Amino acid sequence: MNKQYSIFTSWRHFKHLFKKPKTIPFTSIFTKKNMNYLNNNSIIRSKKKVEMSNPRTAGDNQRGFHTNDWEVCIGCGTCEEICPTEAITMVERLDIKDEEGKLQQRPTIDYGRCCFCALCVDICTSDSLKMSKEYIYSHEDPNAFELMPEALWQGHAVEEGWVKDKASNLLDLERVHMEHESPDERKSSFIEIVRGYSKEYAKLEAARCVECGICTGSCPVQMHIPAYIKAIFEDDIEGGLRQIYETNPLPGVCGRVCTHNCESACAIAVKGEAIAIRWLKRYIIDSAPNDMYEKILMEPVSEVVDARVAVVGSGPAGLGAAYYLRVMGYEVDVYEEKPLTGGVMRYGIPAYRLPDSAINKDIDFIEKIGVKMIVNTRVGKDITMDKLEKDYDAVFLGTGFFKPRSLGIPGGDHKDVIGAMTFLPQVRDYERGVLKLEDIDVAKSIVVIGGGDVAFDVARSATRLQMLKYGKSDVKLTSLENEDQLPSSDDELFEGSEEGIELFCGNGPQEVMIKNNKVTGLRLWKCLCIFNETGSFNPEYDKECEQIIEGQQIYIAIGQSPDYEYIPESLQGKLQFSRGKIKAGEFGQVEYTPWLFVG
Amino acid sequence: MKEMKLFLGPQHPGMSGNASVHMYVDGDIIKRSYLLPGMLHRGFEKGMERHLWVNNISLIPRVCVVEPDTNEMAFAMAVEMIAKLEVPERAHYIRMIILEFARLSIHLMSYGGLGGPTGLYTLMYHAHTDRNTILNIFEKITGHRVYHQYIVPGGVRKDLPVGIEKDMHSFLDDLESRYEEYRDLGINNLSIQARIRDTIMLPKEVVWELGVTGIGMRSAVNKPYDLRKVKPYARYDQIEFDVPVSDYSDAYARVDCKLQEVLQSISIIRQCLIKMPKGDVRVPISKGQAMRWTVPKGYAYACVESSRGEFGYFMVSDGGTHPYRVGVRGASYPQGLLGVEKYLPGTRLDDASLWIDTMGVCSPEIDR
Repeated sequence: MNKQYSIFTSWRHFKHLFKKPKTIPFTSIFTKKNMNYLNNNSIIRSKKKVEMSNPRTAGDNQRGFHTNDWEVCIGCGTCEEICPTEAITMVERLDIKDEEGKLQQRPTIDYGRCCFCALCVDICTSDSLKMSKEYIYSHEDPNAFELMPEALWQGHAVEEGWVKDKASNLLDLERVHMEHESPDERKSSFIEIVRGYSKEYAKLEAARCVECGICTGSCPVQMHIPAYIKAIFEDDIEGGLRQIYETNPLPGVCGRVCTHNCESACAIAVKGEAIAIRWLKRYIIDSAPNDMYEKILMEPVSEVVDARVAVVGSGPAGLGAAYYLRVMGYEVDVYEEKPLTGGVMRYGIPAYRLPDSAINKDIDFIEKIGVKMIVNTRVGKDITMDKLEKDYDAVFLGTGFFKPRSLGIPGGDHKDVIGAMTFLPQVRDYERGVLKLEDIDVAKSIVVIGGGDVAFDVARSATRLQMLKYGKSDVKLTSLENEDQLPSSDDELFEGSEEGIELFCGNGPQEVMIKNNKVTGLRLWKCLCIFNETGSFNPEYDKECEQIIEGQQIYIAIGQSPDYEYIPESLQGKLQFSRGKIKAGEFGQVEYTPWLFVG
Repeated sequence: MKEMKLFLGPQHPGMSGNASVHMYVDGDIIKRSYLLPGMLHRGFEKGMERHLWVNNISLIPRVCVVEPDTNEMAFAMAVEMIAKLEVPERAHYIRMIILEFARLSIHLMSYGGLGGPTGLYTLMYHAHTDRNTILNIFEKITGHRVYHQYIVPGGVRKDLPVGIEKDMHSFLDDLESRYEEYRDLGINNLSIQARIRDTIMLPKEVVWELGVTGIGMRSAVNKPYDLRKVKPYARYDQIEFDVPVSDYSDAYARVDCKLQEVLQSISIIRQCLIKMPKGDVRVPISKGQAMRWTVPKGYAYACVESSRGEFGYFMVSDGGTHPYRVGVRGASYPQGLLGVEKYLPGTRLDDASLWIDTMGVCSPEIDR
């Protein structure tokens, strides 16, 4: 402290007079590239004197101006949501192609507000939004600072700066684990496979959703999916249930077996596993107490309309129509030929996917709001169409597709070649104790033809019955499509394989092999292509590539057709049909018969 | 002579940050004075309560513009304490490197700032050139030169870029080689010594009275009270370094301590670069996408040693997506606000800016 210093101590700094300055020259910031957009700009008056040399390149992680690849961007708007300065606005651009899983909007960024924090980049669901190394922009028009980032920055390809990586990623790409019954356990019973989320897990799964709403567009009934997922996250079951019933009268069923197109459209699925939307829906239904249900269901029912509607068929279409008609105040009677309501839900889908309890819950509530169910009554036999026309103001037809399509190959008419919709109702009846195991004729080895969900329903139900009957299973599944093109859902393929179903995908059936009047197997040819150039069904086979798979029974699940026998001929004459369906105008109203509506 | 009102700042080479000191002077002796912070950045605590946990990382660096990293660190630590997060080992070392570079940068800036009030601008040019090199390093690592937004709850946002160690070593070697030169230009310079020796005192009694921490305290009480030593965070307990102290608290002693800390920071960074393991650098706060991150119910106080003293965040979470309550302990609050009011009067007018500079006053952290 007390050391004495000379006045010359600091003079050693004079040596710096002869060193190169360390400052950043103006010319190194304004590069040739920058100058292009500084042109016609009076801010930089000395632009002509500026020499373009030694451009200063920013660091690799530079959080500079954004770039956004429009081809990759899905317009989910998550960047807009997270922006802490509210600098990002999604702007509708109808010139963008309208594709499934994408929205016709892209982000604009107000650089007067942007703080370049890069949170938008880190949460981008498609990784299309990035930041460049560009950090200079100048314009005399204040409005010119609101820009719509594109793949090029100011028309130039620029170097990437800050991009998302594993550490900076702000999305949760992994689905919360759902408890499943193990394959060994579930194979020999019809207990429900998916156990459902607990409250804690449902909240964690709901926390993954970015609320973009792309899923809503892909849902056949346009459910408010982000809203009910948010309700789960906020632990507001009542709010969630209210959202669900606005668009879907059968949530308990759809929470288990809907085709979940929403999950294929999910923004998170672009880079990771889609949100388990279907299971979250089921969580709301399973955890909502009955009195909450009643409160929500009874609220919208009005009593103002003095009109009666008959609904033929109590499947999803019939019940849906019945619910909403009743809510609008109509008096509704539902006619069902079978002893139980529910149609394909009750007699098609196996119980391990959709137990009776779930169906009962939905249907009970529909009954509770005043819809009358008339079972064991087949229209056309027990009650005539004319009577319906007379007694009711309108009739809604919601009869399903229960008639099997025929195979059209040699041996296809053998008694051991069985249609899916003959077999599956038997299985359901067995589960509810109406039929005994001995009553169902299940062979020791089975071949299933078809690649959709129904084919897997048949194959997996057959596996269970075999396990119960013989203690082992032998089920083979063959389809025209290859394994990666199967129309069935991924769950079915995965779980079916787990349960030991052998797959012979990419093959077409040619002949049912019969020996001593007994089915012994199926002859297959390799399928080269399924559709012809015009897109119609016309499979081509490679005859050289033949194989015979053994099986004592053949089950056909290649689609069903509707059964219109109950409609009297006089009425049928007035109807027009298109690919098996009755042609109808807006709101399902049939032309020339204004009292008739179809689903 | 009649008392006259004068302003120091917000536009003044001797003022740090957007603050202003209102002074009533009689001749060149200050009679009364008070600080008016909040000219630009203020109201952070309430602002943070209105931001999501993840969005806060874009707000908190602004609590202290020149040394944002201590804010980020204190915030991150508080969240980690409530959420009981285990930060990856590598992230601890990266955080220390960032924090020490920040300390280097602010010490250089403050030392260079000495050139403003004393009229020796050469010092400022040199210090800012070196600070610029540090900012270049920050830019390469974090993507920004000033608002780094890099230390986040759960770790750091990105791993260090490849080859950055070379830049760091070359800068540290260069700075170390010119260390004596720096001293000779600044505090060994007789003309500067004449301004800072035996003046602008911050005696022990005042330190205890106001609650001054950091260099202000250490240079007065002769005790190495440094949070990095007494309450180690990150991995400071695994690094060897000294805490410079002094028992004579004039402006010279404070500047001297700062310069000695520069050497210590250089040593800490070098040790970190050697000891830093490989591995992950971040864990998420909770499951889900960032906008739905929640922090469990609870509260925590996390503090770090900034260049100006103890910088702390008291945070309360109600288990939701936003902080329920945030309280910031700005390191320069005692000497900056209370000190200016009580102990600046009596000094000479031209000492006011030296007071502000050597005490380390940062206005946003006072009016937060």
